[in-house]
Amino acid sequence: MSEAVKVAIIGSGPAGLSAASRAGQLGMSHVLLEKTDHLSDTIFKYQKGKRVLATPERLDLRSDCRFAEGAREFILGNWDEDAANNKVNVAYHADVVEVTGQKGDFAIKTAKGDVYRAENIVLAIGTQGNPNRLRCEGFDLPHIIYQVDDPEDFKDKHITVVGSGDAGIENALGVAEEALENTVTILNRSKDFARAKAKNVSDMMDAGENGLLSIRTETQPKKVEPGWLMLETPDGEEKIPCDVIVARLGSVAPRGFVESMGIEFTGPDREAFPKLSPTFESTVPGIFVIGALAGYPLIKHCMNQGYDVVEFINGNTSLTPADEKDLAAIFAGLPQQKSVSEWLDYLRERVRIFADVSPLQMREFMLDSKVAFYRKGEVVFEKGEPGSSLFAIADGHAEVEVGPDITVPIEQGSIFGEVGLISGRKRGATIRAGADAIFVEVSRTAALKLMAAVPGAKRVINRISLERQLLQIFKGGLTVEDLAPVVDEAEVIRVPAGKVVIQEGDAGDDVYVIRSGSMVVEKDIGGKPIFLRYLPAGSYFGEMAVLNDEPRNATVKAAVGSEVIKLTGAGFKAMLAARPQVRAATEAAVAERAQMNSFIESRKASYSSAVDLYSDTASFIMKEGLGEATDALLIDENLCVGCDNCEKACADSHEGLSRLDREAGKTFAHLHVPTSCRHCEHPHCMADCPPNVIHRGPDGEVFMEPGCIGCGNCMRNCPYGVIRMEAAPPPKPGLLSWLLLGKGPGPGEPSPKWTKKQLGDEKPKKIAVKCDMCKGLAGGPACVRACPTGAAIRVSPEEFLSIARLDEATD
Amino acid sequence: MASIFRRRRNRATQTERVRERQHEGFLRYAGFRWAKISGALGLIVIVSYALIDVTPRHNGGSWYGYTLGTIGALLILWLTALGYRKRKMTSDYWSLKAWTSAHVYLGLSLIVIGTWHTGFQLGWNVHTLAWALMMLVILSGLYGVVVYATLPQALSNNRDQMTQMQMLEAIRAFDRQLHSAAQPLSPADTAPVLASLDENPFAGGIGARLSGRYPRCATAAALSALAASHGSAPEAREKVVGLLRQKQAALARLRAHLRIRALLEIWLYVHVPLTFALIAALSAHIISVFFYW
Repeated sequence: MSEAVKVAIIGSGPAGLSAASRAGQLGMSHVLLEKTDHLSDTIFKYQKGKRVLATPERLDLRSDCRFAEGAREFILGNWDEDAANNKVNVAYHADVVEVTGQKGDFAIKTAKGDVYRAENIVLAIGTQGNPNRLRCEGFDLPHIIYQVDDPEDFKDKHITVVGSGDAGIENALGVAEEALENTVTILNRSKDFARAKAKNVSDMMDAGENGLLSIRTETQPKKVEPGWLMLETPDGEEKIPCDVIVARLGSVAPRGFVESMGIEFTGPDREAFPKLSPTFESTVPGIFVIGALAGYPLIKHCMNQGYDVVEFINGNTSLTPADEKDLAAIFAGLPQQKSVSEWLDYLRERVRIFADVSPLQMREFMLDSKVAFYRKGEVVFEKGEPGSSLFAIADGHAEVEVGPDITVPIEQGSIFGEVGLISGRKRGATIRAGADAIFVEVSRTAALKLMAAVPGAKRVINRISLERQLLQIFKGGLTVEDLAPVVDEAEVIRVPAGKVVIQEGDAGDDVYVIRSGSMVVEKDIGGKPIFLRYLPAGSYFGEMAVLNDEPRNATVKAAVGSEVIKLTGAGFKAMLAARPQVRAATEAAVAERAQMNSFIESRKASYSSAVDLYSDTASFIMKEGLGEATDALLIDENLCVGCDNCEKACADSHEGLSRLDREAGKTFAHLHVPTSCRHCEHPHCMADCPPNVIHRGPDGEVFMEPGCIGCGNCMRNCPYGVIRMEAAPPPKPGLLSWLLLGKGPGPGEPSPKWTKKQLGDEKPKKIAVKCDMCKGLAGGPACVRACPTGAAIRVSPEEFLSIARLDEATD
Repeated sequence: MASIFRRRRNRATQTERVRERQHEGFLRYAGFRWAKISGALGLIVIVSYALIDVTPRHNGGSWYGYTLGTIGALLILWLTALGYRKRKMTSDYWSLKAWTSAHVYLGLSLIVIGTWHTGFQLGWNVHTLAWALMMLVILSGLYGVVVYATLPQALSNNRDQMTQMQMLEAIRAFDRQLHSAAQPLSPADTAPVLASLDENPFAGGIGARLSGRYPRCATAAALSALAASHGSAPEAREKVVGLLRQKQAALARLRAHLRIRALLEIWLYVHVPLTFALIAALSAHIISVFFYW
């Protein structure tokens, strides 16, 4: 047992190392516990030469260790030097398995059986967890790796993948790519691949049949030697050549370990983080949590927190966080003069959704937000403008223009703009400042994070947005009071894609409002479901049965995963009774819909095949996921001559990379949906972007601003495979020098061969590349402009499936 | 004319782009705008030719002939510019479909403009050479219009949602399976299978590419050789024959794909070089006219 130190730091990544360095500089007694034999294992495990980025750029680095953008080796080398210079006391091979005791006297036990005593603990273990190791002789040899960063790093090698989960299969398929010429073997201890997704298993089986990899079941490694692997097979032992072993045996997530110390998390879901005070102290006094585990995945954040946390432990209460200057800049434009912490308290006191937010969370939200002063009458945003941010009223009030010369006030403490937050569609009304006012604009990602982390904020936002959505849909002078009975009984229901919400012929009088996603309406005509209508978010359905007291006259099902608000028929009727104007408007809408239904029915009688084609086309479009699209590229293969000028135009209008693949994708009745961004209503790519660079632009386009760190999350999250991870090719000679002198590769994306020749040994960083709908180009999407035959158009599903299409087809 | 150009004025701006809700081919573009314009142009030429009295007779050297000649020469240069427009991806608003539409119909109007420019005086000289080349360019272009209008459907039907890469990959996959399935065969039976494996799906020359007929196809030969053979174990042979059939079908799809694509592109190898020949002949024609003035 060693002597007690002031602070023990667990994990030597950027956060832990920075903390230990500060302790070393302060002369504080400390120990840095690292489970491997080197510092910063996560970055150590990056592939050789990988460029590490230093985002966010505007944040200053505050650490005793150096850090700037550079190659992995350069950064690790610097840190090794810095650790020595700062007299950091590192204990290697110290894999912490248990923490006991309380503030002032913690006992930290490692796997080797050592016990370290410390007054305080800084947890900086990241989120990677510990990968499970092979359990056989030679398990610690260096050619066993636990992740594959880039399959292209492996060429002409004998590779054995151990583990038959999704990760193992995906890695095996990656390195088994034919061009890489690897000899790949995947081992599975049991007979079948029960733990993996069916798609992965079938891909692997295909690859196995095609001779790309060999699949060995009921086989496991017996002994690892350099260059060889001894296997235990049902027929006895076998020795196979093996240069690299990829072990994908799952890992132990750090959460269980953290909770075993008594630290509480903000919630049960996967995204939850430990509850922390402004000084990073967890719910267990004396244990501090920083870095990725605390919810800050970026290296610079981690290093700053390492510095700060040791200062706090050292009793430095006057230290302001490194983001102080950025926060000060956010508040700088306001008329009153207050300090940053006074402003934060002011907002927390005055805005309902911030009431339950901790000071540390508040700092982070404000960094992703803007605060602005508006003069009375100034427009905040116009109706029809795209925008997904949420506004909160800190001072004064706002006025919503609901009709010509009709405005509705929104009081201080409330919010507006929440519709864009939920449905991602354009702004529904113009908003002005009702008096001199201060509004906080919270970005969509920050607002979603807020809702996930603070249940109170989520409740307030949901209630308000529900009321507002209903007010917007059922206009005609409704007030929040009129809605109260409806909203109290309202229920938000998640509907998976394809699920029926209303079945034709059923009884029932509930009315549904589509909160997010979209629905299709179908009617059984002549024994076949015929597509009647596409309903985007913000529409309502089920109202016919309420007004007519008849059974449902059509089937409504979800086109994509959606959320609907269910209102009871009685409540809805009461609401209509209170406001005759609303009743009249609703009746008019019902009449219009009924008219359209009968139009389609009449057409069906005389032009059956045309109506069937229209209906089948609509089903195809919905099946291809276009129900969540706001703008998709559709190619008419009756016109497409396959010249690929669309792809060339795309590449030449951007950095030389095409963001669409014309030929790939599904086709129905000569209508082709190529692999190209649809600018989803709820972009999957936005869901998990660590530097938060994916946004929705002024024309509804989902685009990426510079700052991509190349993590590939968006690419993996996109269900339509439209995001590429690629480095921009070097600039090529102009069109005329190609036309006249034959210089360069010509129009379109240059071949990889040409790019490689230009670059030589340089290997530029691959970043995500996706369609931005030719944002900023006056002419609009280049793919459409450059189509010589008119085969390519960009449309939204509701535009494309308009009644005009059927009209034209049957005329 | 004012209504004809209304759509053009409704230019795309960043917030309100020109959007089409339905597909509209280049031939039908804007309600046959360019067909109407070039039809009117042709009609004006024919009528004015009949009405205007040029002495001693209509020919290329009269003031009327010069007018038509100038219009025709400028038109030819402008039509040639499509090749540049198609590849120059400037960011302002332009529609290649509109250009193609105008190119097709104005190109056709050249038949009238060019021919009436000659005053029907043709002979064995550089002037008629220019006219003949122009007619050949127009003829090859007409072929292009016809295939553009008729073949895309066939291309789409044949590929059946597969990309060209996937077609090649399918053939490669059958090759790999054939390679292992053919191991137990007798040497006499193995030889035709190996020949099929060695076959390059792109080989066969331009004739085969355009006709879609590959009489020396090694896979077809292997298929008939193995079907007739009694040499190897029947089970192994049947497996190989089955794989060869599948490969044959995959090859047929790829070849049909390549054939249609070739038919869609081949005319450009006539149209474009002839255009340059035409411009050369046209220059000679113009220079000689002014030289002998």
